[in-house]
Amino acid sequence: MQNSTIFHSDGLESDKIDRLVVLPFMKSVDIAIKSIRVRFFRSLITTISLVLAVSFLSFTRVGSDVANGLLSTGEPALRQALIRSGYDLRPEDVSVGNSPKQQWIIVLSLLVCVVGIVNAQLMAVTERFREIGTMKCLGALDRFILRLFLLEAGIQGLIGSGAGAIVGGAFALVNFFIRFGTVSITTLSWTQAGLSVGGATLVGCVLSLVGVMYPAMVAARMQPVEAMRVEQ
Amino acid sequence: MTDSRKIVRVTGVTKSFKLGKLDVLALKGVDLEIAAGNYISIMGPSGSGKSTLFNMIGGLDKPTTGKVFIDEVDIAQLDAYELAWLRCRKIGYIFQTFNIIQVMTALENVTLPMIFAGMADDAAAEKGIKLLEMVGLGDRFQHKPFELSGGQQQRVAIARALANDPAIILADEPTGNLDLNTGEEIIYLLKQLSRERGVTIISATHDIKMLNVSDQVVWIRDGRIDKIENRDELSISIGQIGRKIGDGH
Ligand SMILES: Nc1ncnc2c1ncn2[C@@H]1O[C@H](COP(=O)(O)OP(=O)(O)O)[C@@H](O)[C@H]1O
Ligand SMILES: [Mg+2]
Repeated sequence: MQNSTIFHSDGLESDKIDRLVVLPFMKSVDIAIKSIRVRFFRSLITTISLVLAVSFLSFTRVGSDVANGLLSTGEPALRQALIRSGYDLRPEDVSVGNSPKQQWIIVLSLLVCVVGIVNAQLMAVTERFREIGTMKCLGALDRFILRLFLLEAGIQGLIGSGAGAIVGGAFALVNFFIRFGTVSITTLSWTQAGLSVGGATLVGCVLSLVGVMYPAMVAARMQPVEAMRVEQ
Repeated sequence: MTDSRKIVRVTGVTKSFKLGKLDVLALKGVDLEIAAGNYISIMGPSGSGKSTLFNMIGGLDKPTTGKVFIDEVDIAQLDAYELAWLRCRKIGYIFQTFNIIQVMTALENVTLPMIFAGMADDAAAEKGIKLLEMVGLGDRFQHKPFELSGGQQQRVAIARALANDPAIILADEPTGNLDLNTGEEIIYLLKQLSRERGVTIISATHDIKMLNVSDQVVWIRDGRIDKIENRDELSISIGQIGRKIGDGH
C-alpha cells in the first residue's frame, strides 16, 4: 500500500514534474487520422462544402492565368475571343483581373463554406460527447482535445482543399482547351497556375481551421462528467 | 488486505442542481469514510443520488457544499493539471455504457491512459496486452469495439481502468447494461481484482448480485445515507435483502 500513497500534501509541489499528463504530438496525429478514417462519411460531409468552394476559387484563378497567357501573345483575335467569352477587357488592359461580381461570388462561397464547416463540426462535437468525456476521465487536458480537433480539421482541410484546388484548376484548363485549343496550354505560365492552385489550397486549410475553432473550444471545455451520462 | 487507511473521505457533501427555476437537492449532506482495499457498494433505488455522489468522489463534479478528500487531499484545492493527473493515475473509471473509444482497438483503449501518463509505446503495449489477458481478452486486443460484445467491452474498460495501477476504481452501474450472467462475471472479475491487487473498488449499483462480494454496503436513499453495513452484518441479514431491494424500486 505504501507506493500508492503518492498524494502526500507536502509532495504536491515537488512532484509536479512527475505529475504532468502528456500526449505526444505524433500520437495526436495518429489518433486524428484514425478518427477521420473511421468516421469517413462524416468527414466527407464536413469537407464537401470546402472542396466545392476551393475548387471554384481555383477554377477562376487558373482561368485568369490561362487568359493572361493568351493575352501575352498580343494577338487581337485571341483578345476578341476572350472578351466574347466574358472577360471585361478595356483597350488599355494587358492582363485580366477578376471582376467585382466574380470576387463577390468567391467571397460569398467561402463564407458559406465556413458556416457549413462550423455547423458540421458542432454536430460532430455533440455526437462525440461520450468519447471526449471519456478521454477527460482518462486524464486528457483541455488542450489535448483542442489539438485533436485542430489536427483533424487541418488534415481534412489539406486533403479536401488540395483535391478541390486540383480539380478546379484542371477544369479551368479543360474549359479553355476546348474553346481556344492548344494555344491556351502553350502560352500558360505553369508557375503562375501552380501558385494559384497552391494558394487556393492554403485558403482552404485556413478556412477549415477557422471553422473548427469554436467547435473545438466547445469540445475542449466539455466536462468529464458528460461521459457518465446515460440516455434514459 | 483491508488496512485502516481512509482513502476516501466525504464530509458534509450536498449537491443541488438547477432545473429551470427549481433547485433539486440531489445530495442532502453525506458523510462517508472508505478504507483502502475494500470493495464498497453504494446501493439505492434509481434517482437516490448514487451517480451524483459517485461523481463527487471521482472528482468529476464539484459539491455545492462540503469536502471530498482522496488520500487526505481536498480535491477542491487541485488545479486543472492536478485533477487530470488524479483522473489519469489515481482513479480508474468504469461506466454503465462501457465508453470504449470507438475509433481505437481494444489495446489502444487500454494503452491511452498509459500514454497520457508518459509511458513509452512499447512498454505501454506490453502492459496493455498483459492487462487484456488478465481480464480474459488475450486474443482480442486488435479488435475494434463494435466487434466485441457488451461483456467484452466492459472487460476492456476494466483493463483500461487498471492501466496506471490506480488506487481506486469507480464503477457506476457496471452491470446496468449487461445480462444476468455477464453481469455476474464482471462482478467476480472486479472482486478478484480488488483481492489480488488491493485496489479499492467503489461501485454504485442497484444490482443485488453485488451484495455477495461487497465488504461494505452503503445504502443511500433520497440523497442521504440510510445505513452502512459491513460484510458480517450483511450475511446475518441476508433474508432481509430481498425486502430491502424490493422496496428500493
Ligand atoms: N445534471 C443534473 N441536472 C439536474 N438534476 C440532476 C442532474 N443529475 C442528477 N440530477 C437529479 O439528482 C437526483 C439523483 O440523481 P442520480 O445521482 O443520477 O441518481 P442515481 O444514480 O441514484 O439513479 C435525481 O433526482 C436526478 O434527477
Ligand atoms: Mg445513476
